[in-house]
Amino acid sequence: MTTIAPDETALEAVFDATVAADERIEPRDWMPDAYRASLVRQIAQHAHSEIIGMQPEANWITRAPSLRRKAILMAKVQDEAGHGLYLYSAAETLGAGRDELLDMLHSGRQKYSSIFNYPTLTWADAGAIGWLVDGAAITNQVPLCRCSYGPYARAMVRVCKEESFHQRQGYELLLTLSRGTEAQRAMAQDAVDRWWWPSLMMFGPPDDESAHSAQSMAWKIKRHSNDELRQRFVDICVPQAEALGLTLPDPDLAWNDERGHWDFGPIDWAEFREVLKGNGPCNEERISRRRQAHEDGAWVREAAAAHAAKQGEATR
Amino acid sequence: MNVTVTPALALGDDALILSHRLGEWIGHAPVLEEEVALANIALDLLGQARVLLSIAGDEDELAYLREERQFRNLQLVEQPNGDFAHTIARQLYFSTCQELLYEHLAAGGSELAPLAAKAVKEVAYHRDHAEQWTLRLGDGTEESHRRMQHGLDALWRFTGELFEPVDGLDVPWSALHDTWTTRIGSLLRRATLTVPEGPKSGAWTAGAGRQGLHTEPFGRMLAEMQHLHRSHPGATW
Ligand SMILES: [Fe+2]
Ligand SMILES: [Fe+2]
Repeated sequence: MTTIAPDETALEAVFDATVAADERIEPRDWMPDAYRASLVRQIAQHAHSEIIGMQPEANWITRAPSLRRKAILMAKVQDEAGHGLYLYSAAETLGAGRDELLDMLHSGRQKYSSIFNYPTLTWADAGAIGWLVDGAAITNQVPLCRCSYGPYARAMVRVCKEESFHQRQGYELLLTLSRGTEAQRAMAQDAVDRWWWPSLMMFGPPDDESAHSAQSMAWKIKRHSNDELRQRFVDICVPQAEALGLTLPDPDLAWNDERGHWDFGPIDWAEFREVLKGNGPCNEERISRRRQAHEDGAWVREAAAAHAAKQGEATR
Repeated sequence: MNVTVTPALALGDDALILSHRLGEWIGHAPVLEEEVALANIALDLLGQARVLLSIAGDEDELAYLREERQFRNLQLVEQPNGDFAHTIARQLYFSTCQELLYEHLAAGGSELAPLAAKAVKEVAYHRDHAEQWTLRLGDGTEESHRRMQHGLDALWRFTGELFEPVDGLDVPWSALHDTWTTRIGSLLRRATLTVPEGPKSGAWTAGAGRQGLHTEPFGRMLAEMQHLHRSHPGATW
């Protein structure tokens, strides 16, 4: 615990009252250092996930099997870049610049969502990502629209609208495959088999192991626990899978009348920890490609800065 | 597949192929804003391609089931991306021409007029985007200047084909070519760059896309673009 100067006690009381009243903290308001740091960490990780998340899907843009699907996929990946932009801007309001955060990503000091360390092996993976990964992201992010930090909450409102498009488009892609030829159907089932468990891991470790949860809940950055959100997601997906005519790869899935929820089998947390540590199938590729794009672009960014400086001198 | 060559097909192929090349950038752009901008241009062009190819026939059959020699796009648009300056040079040459062409078509009474009228606004943005980057890179650092000049020089020989008459299109090609040359020249001067020298046309390698002769990288590009669709004959996506 740090000791708080008397004038900070008053400021902290205002902060606490604002949070308690469910009002928003804005960039110019006083906030505890730990609150700021926690937000920067979360928003940066979220922003990094948006831009790393472009890679697995961009993998299929050049092979999309119809022009309509190609347009949808390109627009989706473009949206993810846009989400990255909003989120880096939100982090900037807390004093964390984009360059600094990208450095943290490239040097491995900040993380991105582990889900993107899994490969997209077939076209159906583009559908499974939309349905399950965007679906899980929405479940996580809808409550963030009421997050206590104003700029983050407002960014989430825009992001969630687009994510729900992505989720529907992914679902519709899988539905088309599921109703298609035998090979298309098998492709869809295979993708769901591979993406289901990693999607459940997107909600993070179980509540009793979650490092940051309790404080984030107290600050109203977070509104529901990891396990609550995971359960909500499972309950949404089970009937959707049935409507798709696809099965979820969990023999323990069963409706529990007493709880009013679907029971599901144990998650392989050892796999989760390994992927988080860097040992997933694509960790190395994703971060290398990101670094490569950044390095390859260095001369372009330098040129833009040099040109802007010359223009500035010319108008002075 | 039997294909009737029409203006809609030729212009549709230009948009389709350039859109594909720009799509290859997604995830690799030098800065996040350019991920959005390049995808935006790619999406506009894909939208144009879909309208044009649907005038010419079935968009997916035309995109996915034709052989290389049946494509009628300019050789310029199929050229690999190269570095960012190369991509900008390709876009500058193409969009400056496409804007002039579509302005002309929009004012006419052909079946392409409605599409051209809508697309010309998009194309003006593409051209402006390419111009802004040409200025930044040309008058930026020594390295960016060298790369930009290199991109312009390397692609210059593909620009003669931009103004070769397309059967069935009533367009004052040489007047458009003059305007294009003036515009490109004054932009490059502002960007402290040099207008490339050397032939723009004549050598068959740099001007036969409209007749279905393409360059080596094109076949590879089509193989990637078409393989999934062709692996599942008759499937719906
Ligand atoms: Fe997103
Ligand atoms: Fe998304």
